[in-house]
Amino acid sequence: MLAVEGVSKRFGGLMAVDSATLSLQPGGIIGLIGPNGAGKTTLFSMISGFIAPTDGRIRFEGTDITAEEPHRRAERGIGRTFQIVQPFAGLTVCENIAVGAYLRHAKRADAIAKAREVARRVGLGAELDRPAGGLTVAGRKRLELARALATEPKLLLLDEVLAGLNPSEIRDIIPVIRGIRDEGVTILMIEHVMQAVMNLCERVYVLAQGRMIAEGPPAVVCADTRVIEAYLGHGAAARLKAEGAAHG
Amino acid sequence: MTARDLIPIAVLTILAALLPLVVTSSPVLNFLVFMLIVALGAQGWNILGGFGGQFSFGHAAFFGTGAYATAILQLHYGVNAWAGLVLATVAGGVVGWVIGFLSFRSGLRGSYFALVTLAFAEVFRILANAASFTGGAAGLLIKLDVRAANLQFDDRAVFYWLVLAFVAAVLLLTRWIQRSRFGAQLVAVRENEDAAKALGVDSLKVKLRAIALSGAVTALSGCLYAQYFLYIDANIAYGSWISVELLLAPIIGGVGTVFGPVVGALTLHGLGEIAKQFAGRIPGIDLIVFGGVLVLAVAFARGGILGLLERLRDRGRGMVTRGPKEVSHAGR
Repeated sequence: MLAVEGVSKRFGGLMAVDSATLSLQPGGIIGLIGPNGAGKTTLFSMISGFIAPTDGRIRFEGTDITAEEPHRRAERGIGRTFQIVQPFAGLTVCENIAVGAYLRHAKRADAIAKAREVARRVGLGAELDRPAGGLTVAGRKRLELARALATEPKLLLLDEVLAGLNPSEIRDIIPVIRGIRDEGVTILMIEHVMQAVMNLCERVYVLAQGRMIAEGPPAVVCADTRVIEAYLGHGAAARLKAEGAAHG
Repeated sequence: MTARDLIPIAVLTILAALLPLVVTSSPVLNFLVFMLIVALGAQGWNILGGFGGQFSFGHAAFFGTGAYATAILQLHYGVNAWAGLVLATVAGGVVGWVIGFLSFRSGLRGSYFALVTLAFAEVFRILANAASFTGGAAGLLIKLDVRAANLQFDDRAVFYWLVLAFVAAVLLLTRWIQRSRFGAQLVAVRENEDAAKALGVDSLKVKLRAIALSGAVTALSGCLYAQYFLYIDANIAYGSWISVELLLAPIIGGVGTVFGPVVGALTLHGLGEIAKQFAGRIPGIDLIVFGGVLVLAVAFARGGILGLLERLRDRGRGMVTRGPKEVSHAGR
């Protein structure tokens, strides 16, 4: 459904993303992991249309969308959340979500009904009339998720929706994400919380220094020498193995 | 829109419409007509600035376009004044769209957008002051011919009712915006343009629609100004005084609210008139009052008079239902 073909982004002298390739089939949760500064968010911004790639192509359901505006991609069914939450602070929770719902529901009553339904699903049902600016961090993350979900996406890009949450909050939100997948929405998520990645993702891509270095089931990828070295530095894999042998 | 949305507009309009039955003095009616014309133009500003968050410092560009369009159409082309009114409004919308297209397409926001609108208004003022078909520095005089067909009335009250009807119509329009998809998207663009785009909002289209509507409403007010006073020149029609008036009223009354511009215009001009009555000798006393009110509003009433009232009401309600302990928290 989504095909990222050799996409690159250069910021001046910095190659933020270097001919990254990624392809998603409909359904399932796919992870995108990598150390800080690997270019994950930049790649997300290119898929959702906020940054134009220097090179390469992006296809969604067979159509080339490389040059399309973000709002057109949202219409096609690509929803995204922002790593740094971007609530409409002056509006209530319900009004925030309704902006997303208006994409597919022109009438106010329908959009509000949709917003309420989505809010209940992500656990914001009790906060509908509160100003979005007054939500806790966990609440804002849920709001990001709810707004994106209200656009009724086919593909949902989640940029670190679990970051900044405590373990019990993470435990609460994981079933919500799984529920979204069960309804047939394909999810691509950037995540640092490995427990969640292991738990949720069927497949992960690993990006390091702008390059896609590994791909596969999470358990396999985490044992991959290149991945361990990307996180822990050159030689770390060998050292770990030696330590493991000594203890074993 | 529900009955609850419409009733306050209907009640206020009816009350305002009864006013000329009580007040018959010409200076007072003059004051009321002028105040309503400012309120109407300010309502136009509020659509773009209040709901869309795009602060224009040059709404004189639209006010003047409306005024000149109707005057020129009547004087040079013999167009009927009512048709002139419609065409002037359309002209304002077109000028709005063009200015919007040029500035929003190049991604101008915030103070840059404000400066560009100011520049447009100034360019128009200088051109109108120089060109011959705008009457140059001498201005344009619309022929006095008191007939309803010419949009000129014997009785000031009739003109008052006419302007009031337009103000009421724009109140309805604004209420509709507030309750529509277009309005929700416009406010979303104001609050966070990137987040709005990610949710499928075509921010350029939404802003263009807003500035066209805004320009049309403000041009209508300019047209009514020309029609009431029957004289305009470049410094009146395109002068920065009107740009300031049009943004001051909503800021004082309540930016992005339905009634804000009307409340603000009434407060500013009401206080200005009162000050003039008491200190008529001092020239510019009303402007000093404007400045004082603005300082007070910025310091104590962010969200304007209506925002202040709402906070007071919430506080009162909080006392009753939640007890005083949570009030300070809710009042933030």
